[in-house]
Amino acid sequence: MEASSSFNRNRSKLMNSEKIFRYLLIGSGVLIVLIAIGIVTTLFIGSIPSFKEFGFGFIYSTDWNPTQGRESYGALPFIIGTLVTSVLALLITFPFAFSISLFLGEYFKNGKLPSFLRSVIDLLAGIPSVVYGLWGFYALRPIITDLGLNAQGFGIFTSSIILAIMIIPYASSLGSEVISMVPGSLKEAAYSLGATRFEVVKTVIIPNAGSGIFAGYILALGRAIGETMAVTMLIGNSNKIPTGIFDLGNTMASLIANQFGEADGLKYTSLVEIGLLLFVITGIVNYIGKLIMKKLSA
Amino acid sequence: MKKFQLLLTAVIAVALMAGCGGSGKEKAKTAEKAETITGAGATFPQPFYNKIFKNYSSEKGLLVTYGGIGSGGGIRSLKDEIVDFGASDAFLNDAKLAEMPGKVLHIPTCLGAVVAAYNLPEKPELKFTPELMEGIFMGKITNWNDAKIAAVNPGINLPDLAITVVYRSDGSGTTFIFSDYMSKVSADWKEKIGTGKALQWPVGIGAKGNPGVAGTISQTVGAIGYIGSEYAFAQDIPVASIQNLAGNFIKPSVESVSASAKGEMPADTRVSLTNTDAVDGYPISSFTWLIIYKEQNYKNRSLDQAVQTIKLIDWAISADAQKETTKVHYAPLPETAVAKAKAVLSTVTYNGKSLK
Repeated sequence: MEASSSFNRNRSKLMNSEKIFRYLLIGSGVLIVLIAIGIVTTLFIGSIPSFKEFGFGFIYSTDWNPTQGRESYGALPFIIGTLVTSVLALLITFPFAFSISLFLGEYFKNGKLPSFLRSVIDLLAGIPSVVYGLWGFYALRPIITDLGLNAQGFGIFTSSIILAIMIIPYASSLGSEVISMVPGSLKEAAYSLGATRFEVVKTVIIPNAGSGIFAGYILALGRAIGETMAVTMLIGNSNKIPTGIFDLGNTMASLIANQFGEADGLKYTSLVEIGLLLFVITGIVNYIGKLIMKKLSA
Repeated sequence: MKKFQLLLTAVIAVALMAGCGGSGKEKAKTAEKAETITGAGATFPQPFYNKIFKNYSSEKGLLVTYGGIGSGGGIRSLKDEIVDFGASDAFLNDAKLAEMPGKVLHIPTCLGAVVAAYNLPEKPELKFTPELMEGIFMGKITNWNDAKIAAVNPGINLPDLAITVVYRSDGSGTTFIFSDYMSKVSADWKEKIGTGKALQWPVGIGAKGNPGVAGTISQTVGAIGYIGSEYAFAQDIPVASIQNLAGNFIKPSVESVSASAKGEMPADTRVSLTNTDAVDGYPISSFTWLIIYKEQNYKNRSLDQAVQTIKLIDWAISADAQKETTKVHYAPLPETAVAKAKAVLSTVTYNGKSLK
């Protein structure tokens, strides 16, 4: 009798903690959704005055004139700057990230060298972006100048190279994970049919892991779009549409970081609207990414 | 599991306590004693403020915190009534003053300047006229060996080198002072670019903050930019002498910056010193101000909070604090300015009654 009631008590306690844990999980899930909705709402409300003033012209206007009395704001130079730097960064990073994924996921899964390489790549992800910016400023920029690509070494191209290095971990780690998870039986079947290793990669691994590898690139692209500090230090912060990849430019995140501190009135709400647009662009990129992933995995 | 529950209880308890603490503070009695004085604003005078507020805290045992969030942020914080005082490099114009919920007073605390710094081989000492400044910063003069630069700087070997203009990419009081000067001396600048904390630049590279501009200049041969004098003096960066209204070429220094404030000053101390008519004054100088509400009873502030705030500001313009200016590379207020500032401070009230 005694034993059974103590068992029951323990059991009800267990049920209680089970319940608490459940609510905790639901609570944190709901909280994240609420925070996301809150952010969008704040950005939306904050950008209403700017939208009233400029309408949709804000998106394609190229003017960014904060001087009082002739204020006029447009987002196009920054939208272009953001997309060009991040897509260029992804293109530069692609061959490296893909090779690393294959190297770690298929060719050399275990051993000292791969684990060393893995920790180096993890380290790349852990370096603060301002340190990348400093390195770009003092080490990369002189090289760009010496190569004669650009007179001062600042600009879209320099930023893209730094971004490319920054996003390698994001682009490669998911890929290597997915590649290593391709079922061994499939690969062995291909080998037994006389396929070479390269053919296995081409016909078995890539089709199987494609959507996962691609997901890594979308993640990396998202990271590049939002990157601020390193870009600010290298892009030249020129609020005009860049004429080429070696020209100066500016990105949306960099513009906000630069000008938010002293902004008020119309400029303040225009910066908030830039933030909203950045949110929307990131959303669109992720959505397109998901669509392509679905196609790849189907 | 027990541990987990304990942890959960602890987290909830802490959260509740934090919540109570917050609501308790809001109900502060107006008779409460001041514990901290909070200010926020301009980054330009921040080294000076940090130094004197630290001294004040250790002398009087009253904690003073200052957040260098930019002049715009300082004005916004005062508008939102979340600080005891704000700080700004640019005085509030009449339109901005009208937007504030109460009457705002300006108290100048020290002087600074904006200097033209450059990076040229052999580090020559250059002189610029207002016309040269306009030509260079508007991109009309694009090479250092331009005859117009040589005409003002005879005997100096000017290289065949492209000019790279470097400006502040972030909104800044430094840019405001610089563009305020340029608008006064150049009609073309006034018409095409204007005055502001951030501008639409026709040429050049943007870099963030004084350190960013200074770093970009020092890393780029042929670069020229404008930076806060306190930064240039502390870092010993080569800077140009600029011709003032009286026609003299003046090198920026603590003395020439202080001299720029010798002229007449309105009672509310809101005056632009750029293009000063003082014969030995450096032409791109400016006051920096603390801003407070004239009526100190707002948002349930206690009387002591108001008294302590005014005492602090009164001390900041006293000789004791002013002697610290030069140590951190600012110029002290001339006596006329101190007198005007004291007169402004004496008009402060609490519930309509004078605090003096």
